[in-house]
Amino acid sequence: MVVKRHLLEAADLDRDDATLVLDTAAQIESALAGREVKKLPTLRGRTVVNLFYEDSTRTRISFELAAKRLSADVINFSAKGSSVSKGESLKDTALTLEAMGSDAIVVRHGASGAPHRLAQWVQGSVVNAGDGTHEHPTQALLDAYTIRQRLGRLDGVRVVIVGDVLHSRVARSNVWLLATLGAEVTLVAPPTLLPVGVGSWPVTVGYDLDAVLPKADVVMMLRVQAERMNASFFPSAREYSRRYGLDARRMGTLPDEAIVMHPGPMNRGMEIAAEVADSARSTIVDQVGNGVSVRMAVLYLLLGGAPGSE
Amino acid sequence: MTILIKGPRPYGEDAVDVLVEDGRIAAIGDSLTVPGADVVDAAGLVALPGLVDLHTHLREPGREDAETVETGSRAAALGGYTAVHAMANTDPVADTAGVVEQVWRLGQQAGLVDVVPVGAVTVGLRGERLAELGAMADSAARVRVFSDDGHCVADPALMRRALEYVKALDGVVAQHAEEPRLTVGAQMNEGDRSARLGLTGWPAAAEEAVIARDVLLAGHVGARLHVCHVSTAGSVEILRWAKGRGVQVTAEVTPHHLLLTDECAESYDPVFKVNPPLRTEADVQALRAGLADGTIDAVATDHAPHAVEDKESEWASARPGMLGLEQALSVVVQTMVEPGLLDWRGVAERMSVAPAAIGRLESHGRPLAVGEPATLLLLDPTHRATVDPAALASRSRNSPYAGRELPGRVVATFLRGTATVLDGKAQR
Amino acid sequence: MTESSALPAEPTTAPLLSADDVGRVVDRIAHQLIEKAGPDLGSLVLVGIPTRGAPLARRLAGRIETFSGVRVDVGTVDITLYRDDLRLRGVRALEDTRLPEAGIDGRLVVLVDDVLFSGRSVRAALDALRDLGRPRAVQLAVLVDRGHRELPIRADYVGKNVPTSRSQSVKVRLAEVDGADSVTVTS
Ligand SMILES: [Zn+2]
Repeated sequence: MVVKRHLLEAADLDRDDATLVLDTAAQIESALAGREVKKLPTLRGRTVVNLFYEDSTRTRISFELAAKRLSADVINFSAKGSSVSKGESLKDTALTLEAMGSDAIVVRHGASGAPHRLAQWVQGSVVNAGDGTHEHPTQALLDAYTIRQRLGRLDGVRVVIVGDVLHSRVARSNVWLLATLGAEVTLVAPPTLLPVGVGSWPVTVGYDLDAVLPKADVVMMLRVQAERMNASFFPSAREYSRRYGLDARRMGTLPDEAIVMHPGPMNRGMEIAAEVADSARSTIVDQVGNGVSVRMAVLYLLLGGAPGSE
Repeated sequence: MTILIKGPRPYGEDAVDVLVEDGRIAAIGDSLTVPGADVVDAAGLVALPGLVDLHTHLREPGREDAETVETGSRAAALGGYTAVHAMANTDPVADTAGVVEQVWRLGQQAGLVDVVPVGAVTVGLRGERLAELGAMADSAARVRVFSDDGHCVADPALMRRALEYVKALDGVVAQHAEEPRLTVGAQMNEGDRSARLGLTGWPAAAEEAVIARDVLLAGHVGARLHVCHVSTAGSVEILRWAKGRGVQVTAEVTPHHLLLTDECAESYDPVFKVNPPLRTEADVQALRAGLADGTIDAVATDHAPHAVEDKESEWASARPGMLGLEQALSVVVQTMVEPGLLDWRGVAERMSVAPAAIGRLESHGRPLAVGEPATLLLLDPTHRATVDPAALASRSRNSPYAGRELPGRVVATFLRGTATVLDGKAQR
Repeated sequence: MTESSALPAEPTTAPLLSADDVGRVVDRIAHQLIEKAGPDLGSLVLVGIPTRGAPLARRLAGRIETFSGVRVDVGTVDITLYRDDLRLRGVRALEDTRLPEAGIDGRLVVLVDDVLFSGRSVRAALDALRDLGRPRAVQLAVLVDRGHRELPIRADYVGKNVPTSRSQSVKVRLAEVDGADSVTVTS
C-alpha cells in the first residue's frame, strides 16, 4: 500500500499491505494510549473530505475522528440537502471537491464501484467507506485488527460469517482480507442470501450454523434487513432468527476462547440476542474503538508522503 | 452515372472489375475498360453485398443529443451498412403509422442507408395491448419487424397473439428475451464476477427461459419468431433444438457478445454496461460456434448511442448500451474470419443476406452478380487500426472498443450505385 | 537547465569510527552523563529515537550502570508521525514509542540519536515529548554531529564531530540492527 494511492477494496491488498496497516494501527494505538493529547501533527495542512451518499453516522464519525487525530482538516459533505440531491453527477461533485483542495476523498455510496469511478477522475486519494453491495475495506481491516488483538494471530483462525452475504459489503471485504491473512473462512447463510458464484471464493459454505459453531474461533454476525423478508429471501423473521440467529444457547457451543463480532448496527433479537451482544465474548465495543486506529493508519499510509519514496 | 470498380475480390475470391450503371451491376469481368466512367481503384479489397442491420437505435425522435437518423446513418454507411432497422424505443415510441413514417422519411432525407423502421409490438412498449401493427405494415415505411426491444413481451398470452397476428402481415416479432422478474435491478452477468463485484446479477436463465417459451409458442401457432441479441450458450442450445424441430425461429448476435466478456465490468466503467450483459468466455465461444453453424442467423449491432452524462457515472445509474455500427464488421473479421469460423461468403450471409431476408428487404442482401442492385461495400481486410471514439461519426462516444486494435477498414460503400462512402469518408 | 557534463565520480566510502572507536565513544558519553547529572542521575531518562537511537540509549544505560551502579530508565519515541517532511520522504512503518512506567514528568530527559544533521528529527522528537509529558529539562546526546543545521538545535553530548559536505552521507551501523558497529562516510 505504500506504493498505492487509493484504498478501493480489500481484494487489492496483499499480505504485506494488510499487515502494514494492522501494524501501523497498533503502533498508533500504543503511541496514543493513556495520553492526554490524543492528537498527532502528521497530516497538518491536508484536507480530507467525507463524501457520504448514504447515512452512516458511525462510519463517518470514525473517519472524521481518525483524520482529526492526525491533524487533517475535515470537510463533511453529505449528499442529502446539497447540490448532489439537485442532480449533480458524482463526477462533477468530485471535481468540485478537488478544485477546493481536497487531498483525499472518503466515499460512501450506494452504487457498487462508485469509489473506483472517483479514482478514475480525481488526482487525490480515494478511500472506500462502503460501496453498494461490493466492499467496505476499512471495516474488514478493523475486524482483522480486532481478531488479532483478541486471539493474538490471524493465521489459521477459523472465522464463521453468518447471514446476508449476498447484500453485504462487510462480508465481501472480510472474505478477501481474512483469506489473504491466512484465516479459514466459513460462510453460513440461507442459500437465498449467498451469491451465485460464491463457489469461486476462498471459503467453505454451509447452511447449518449449529454444525460449525463448535469449531469456530470467531463468529461474525451480519445485519439482516427485515425487508429481505418481503422479497422471499426467507419466510419470516422468526424462522430466520431460529435457524441463523446467535442466541445464548448457540453461543454456549462455542470453544472457550471464541469471540463474537458484529459490524453494527445490530438488530437485537434478530441475528443476535441481547445477552450475546453484551457478553464478554462480544468485541462489538472494541471494534468501534479499533476502527479509529485502523482508519488513522490508512489515512497516514495513503496521505503521509510521496508514494514509494522510501 | 457509370462507375468502374477496378480489381475487387467478390467474397474474397478472384479479382475482377465491376461496372456499375444506373444503380445496378452492369458487368463483371477481367480488365474492363469503359471510357468516361469514374474509376474506383479496389485492388486487393474484398467486395461484399451491403450490410443489413436488424437492430439499430437511432434515438430520433426524442434523444437527438445522443444520435439522429442522419448521424446514425452516416455511422452505418462507414461501417459498410446499406440498410438499418431503427428500433421503436424512441420518444414518442414508434407504435403508430405516423411515427414510423416520420423515421422512414428522415432516413430518406439523410440518403446514406435505407432506414427501415421497426414497429412497437405493444402500445408505448408497455406490454399491455397490441399496437396497430397492420397500420404500420401498410404505411409508407412498410414495417415488417415488430419489437418492444429493451422491454420483453413478457406476458405469454400477449406474445402468442402478437406472433399469430403478424403472420397476416408477413411480419416477424423480434423478442428481447428477458424475464423481467428475474432481472430486477440486474447490472451484469450473474456469476463469479458479479458475486465479487457486488453488482446484481442478470442470470442466463432469464434469457433462456423466455426463448424456450417463445420457440414453443411460435411452433404451436406456426409463426415466425426472431430472437434479438442472443447472449448465452444455453440460448444457442435451445435455438438449435427448436430449429431441429422445424420451428420458424431466427436469431441474431451482437459484435460485442462475440468479442467481450464480463471481465470488462471489473473497471466499473459503464461503457461496458449493456443489456443483455456481457457474458463469460464459454458463452462467447458458444455464440461464435452458433453463428458459424447457422444456429444464429445474423449479426446485429444493437448500436445504442448514449450521451456522455448517461455513461460518465457510477455503473448502476448508467444506461445500458454500446455503439456498434462502425466496428461491427471489424469485430466479425477478428472473431469469425481470422480464426477460420466464417469465410467471406459466410460473412455476407450473416451480415447481409440473412438479415435482409428476416426483414423482408427485397433489394438488400442480393448476390454480387450482373443485373443485381449495386449495393455493396469494399473492405481492406489487412488494415489494422486502434479505435478512437472521438473519431466516430456517431454523435455519441460510448464505444466499448476504445483503444482496441481491430482489423479491417471499410473503404467504400455503394447504395444502388451511389457511393455513400469513398476512401473511408462519408460522401454526405 | 542542462545536466552537468562531468561524469559522476564513483562513490567512495571511508571509515570514520571502527567498532572499538564506537565502544570508546559510548563509554565517554556515559561518563559525561554521570558527571553532569551528578545527584540527579536517578531521575535521568534516556529516550532513543528509532531506529538506531534506541539501541544506543540502551547501551548508554548499560554503561552508566556499569560505571556508577545506578540503573537509569530507558525509553523510545518514534517521531515518524511528527515529521514535517513526510511529503518528501514518504511513509514508513512506525516503530515503538515506549516510555518508562514512571513517565517523564519532572525528569531529566536525554534524547539519544545516532547522527545529528539538519536538526529536524530532534525537533520532531521534542514535539512528540511535549505530547507525552512535561520533563524538567531535555538534553541531546548523539554519536556523530556532522553539521549543516537547519534549526537552532545543538547537542549536549557529542561522540564525534565530523565536518562533512552536504552531499556526503554518514552511515552509522550498530550491532543490534546491522550486525556490527561502524561509522562510515560516503562521498
Ligand atoms: Zn434489446
